[in-house]
This record gives sequence, structure tokens and C-alpha cells, in this order.
Amino acid sequence: MQRARCYLLGERAVVLELEPPVSLASQQRIWGLCQRLQGNEKVSEVIPGMNNLTLLLRDPQRNALDAIENLQRWWEESEAQRPESRLVEIPVVYGGEAGPDLSVVAEHAGMTPRQVVELHSSTDYVVYFIGFQPGFPYLGGLDSRLHTPRRAEPRVIVPAGSVGIGGSQTGVYPLATPGGWQLLGQTAISLFDPQQQPPTLLRPGDSVRFVPQKEGVC
Amino acid sequence: MLKILRAGLMTSLQDQGRNGWRQFGISVSGALDQPAMRTANMLVGNDEGSAVLEIVLGQFKAQFQRDGWFALTGAGCNANLDGKAVWTGWRLPVKKGQVLSLSMPVHGMRSYLAINGGFAVPEMLDSASTDLKAGFGGFAGRKLQDGDLLPLGKATRDFSKKAGVRQLLWGNRIRALPGPEYNEFTREAQEAFWRSAWKLSPQSNRMGYRLQGRTLHRKATRDLLSHGLVPGVVQVPPNGQPIVLMADAQTTGGYPRIACIIEADLYHLAQIRLGEPIHFTHCTLEEAMQAKQQQQRVFDQMNWGLSHEN
Repeated sequence: MQRARCYLLGERAVVLELEPPVSLASQQRIWGLCQRLQGNEKVSEVIPGMNNLTLLLRDPQRNALDAIENLQRWWEESEAQRPESRLVEIPVVYGGEAGPDLSVVAEHAGMTPRQVVELHSSTDYVVYFIGFQPGFPYLGGLDSRLHTPRRAEPRVIVPAGSVGIGGSQTGVYPLATPGGWQLLGQTAISLFDPQQQPPTLLRPGDSVRFVPQKEGVC
Repeated sequence: MLKILRAGLMTSLQDQGRNGWRQFGISVSGALDQPAMRTANMLVGNDEGSAVLEIVLGQFKAQFQRDGWFALTGAGCNANLDGKAVWTGWRLPVKKGQVLSLSMPVHGMRSYLAINGGFAVPEMLDSASTDLKAGFGGFAGRKLQDGDLLPLGKATRDFSKKAGVRQLLWGNRIRALPGPEYNEFTREAQEAFWRSAWKLSPQSNRMGYRLQGRTLHRKATRDLLSHGLVPGVVQVPPNGQPIVLMADAQTTGGYPRIACIIEADLYHLAQIRLGEPIHFTHCTLEEAMQAKQQQQRVFDQMNWGLSHEN
């Protein structure tokens, strides 16, 4: 089992951090631990991250110091959770105005834009966790040939639905926001709706496949 | 209804925050000065965490369209109700048709307005706070505009007289605990963090307070993977200038964490003005928890005093 380090972050948060590397098997155990801790009366909130987990205590005055020890033990006892694998298809218009950086990624990879689209849409990605902004999925599984550094100058506004690459990660911006990822395309699908229960389209463990639309490069 | 005649720079509905939704990427939001929000609510007999208006730098004008009681807390503004002076930290009666005006605060940044019965906006994901980035919650998911009509709740308590409390004060000495990556910073950086004055940059907002001062260098260069964040965490991006995460902060991030502002002191930042110096002072977990308890005692006494008035 991967070694873990547990520590306090401020007064209320306790963090479990695994040693690298990142693997789906460890992430599944993190999901399992998250699910278990959600039912714990001492815990008010659990936030999975990449290879780590943060929990917030309801009563830090009483539990903060014990929590570090407990978390270590809970991790050792934790079991992998393999949620029913929902495959979510996300239609994407690649290139053109929807994906202004497709050519940058293509050039960096030494491929044609069409090859980039083919490679990007041929993988089933796994949602490792949701974070940064409402419904934003951190996806694992990007082919290393497509790893592309972020833009030197982040855009002031990335349109909602933009599909992009940031280093070794790929993901979808649910809302219009500043951002530095290389934009390949755009989807019309809504990843966040506060009126829905749950409010996000994706959840950890889901598989995502991008489906090129005929309006774009494909 | 409360009719907004002049919304000012940035006025939004905020409450105790939207907790329990971080795993969906949803920020906490909520009033930046939680003690001022609680005080305003207590004065008018609402639940402590009810929605209030957070008004940045005054310049606000609103007309009440029902009788009631209101309280103004937080930043010290010259304020008046139909021309008659309104004191900060007090509960005062208001008649239908009267107009409340706030000018630029004399000290502080944010004022809080509570009304007995509260604001009757629907809760979204367990909170009436406005998530300004995602555009939901509060009033139409946005900051207020001139002409907005805010629905008010039915007042459940009436009062016979005005009442004032002593507000929690704020200052520029802010206590912090060393963060998980504290030891990855050089000794010079650690000393600079505690010993030098930091200034609030104009790029600060409800998401994060950007500080300007000495450049903080990190010895280690290892990249961190994205991890959970909470308000109060002090991140240091590669430019070496710290950012204190505030209520609207993103739920996860990957910059090294040099320190965490203690919960009892985070509200000070809500009231510090651009360019004003900030000093961080080192504190222990035990001191942080004592400070939190002490603050709670102040509120318990305030609550007791207000509920035993006649």
C-alpha cells in the first residue's frame, strides 16, 4: 500500500497525502475513504484531491489532534471503491473558434489537428475528482503525446464548455472563467446546474469520452 | 420589499456560507466578516447565520417598503435614515417609505445590513449566499443593481426599543499557523513572512487577497498535486507573492501553503483597506482554538444580553 502522510491544515482541516505516483488504484481507495467518512459524525465535509484527501472537522476543539491518527488508521483500513461505471459522452466541436489552440497543440505534438482530435477523442478518461470550480472534472488518462504546457499568458475569459489541455491533464470548463489551458474545442453540454440534484453532471469514477461533432474538425 | 436605489460598488446577499458542497467544486461563499454578519442578525432577532447585505465601501441607498427594524454593522459609515443619523452596531426602527443612505466608510471596507425577518430569497444548495463566480444563489445570482426589489421575510419578532452592542474590532495584526509547506521555504522567506509588512493589492477580491511585499522563495521545487483548500490558507504562487484565500476561493488548488490564518482572525481581512499594511504573527494551535472559544464567548454574551432586554 502507498505510504501516506497526515497533517493538519489550519485548525479544522486534516489532510491525507499519498506519496507519488498517482494511480487509479490509489484514487479508488481515496473514493472509498471519502464515502466512508461522509457518514462519520465528527466529519463535516470531505474533499478528494489528486492522490490526497482533505476532511473538515465538525468540532476541531475536541477532535483535531486525534483526527490525524484516526485518518492514518482509516486509510490503512480503507477499501477501493469502484463506483458503477457511468460512461458519459461529451459532444465536442473541435477547432475553429471553439478550439483556438488546436493548432498549437498539434504543432507541439508534431501532428495534424485532425490527428490530435482523433487521439483526444479515442480515450476513455476517468474523473479523478471535481474541484476548482463547480463541476470541473479533473480527468486522468491523457495520452502523453498530447501533454502541452499551459499558455504563457492566461486568457481573461475562457468560454463555458471549453475543452482544454493543461500540462498532462484534460478537462472541461463548466463556467466562463479566466484560464490558461490550451483550448481544443467546446461542448454545449452543461456540467453544472444548481437546480439539479446532484448539481454536477460528473462525479468521481465516471468515464468520459469526447465525441467529435461534424461542425468542427473530426 | 427593499428597493435598491443605489447599489454601490459591490453589494451582495451573503449568509454563513454554503458548506458541504466542496466535493462538487462549489465554493463556500458567505459574508467575509462573519462576526459583523452575526452581530447584525442578533440585533434584529434573526438566526445568526441568516442572509444580510454585504456592502463594500458604502455609497448605498435603499428604500424600505414595510415597517421593521434594521441593524447596520461592520465598517463605520456615515449613514442616515431620511437624514437622521444611523449608528453602526445598533438596531433601529424603520417605517415604510423611509430611505437608508450609506456614504464611504470612515474606517473599514464592508458594512452589513440585516432586517428583522430577513431576506426572502430561496436557498440554493443550503445557502442564500451569492456565488458571484458561478452566478447562482442570493438575488438572481449576481451583485445588486440599482432598481432591484429584494423580497423581505415576515418579521417574527418586534422590538420596543433601540439597542446597541459593542462590535468586535479589527486590526492589522493577524495570527497564523505555519502551513504544510512552511519548511520548504528558505529561512529568509520564513522570516520575511512574519517580520515584514504586507500590503493588500488592488487585485484582491472575495476569492483571494493578493499581498505585496518581499518575494518568498521556496527551497524545494517539487510540484504539488491539486489538494483541497479552505478560506484562510495562504498560498505562494511562483512569483513569490502570497495570496490569502477568502470565502469565494476555488475548492482545490496546487500552490504551496506557507501558512493558515486562524479562524478567529480571518474577518480582520474583510475590513482592511487597499494599501494598508498587514502583519502576520505566529501562533500555536492551542492559541488558535482559545481565540476561537473566546470569540464565541463574546457572542454568547451578546446573545444573552439581547435576548434578556425588555
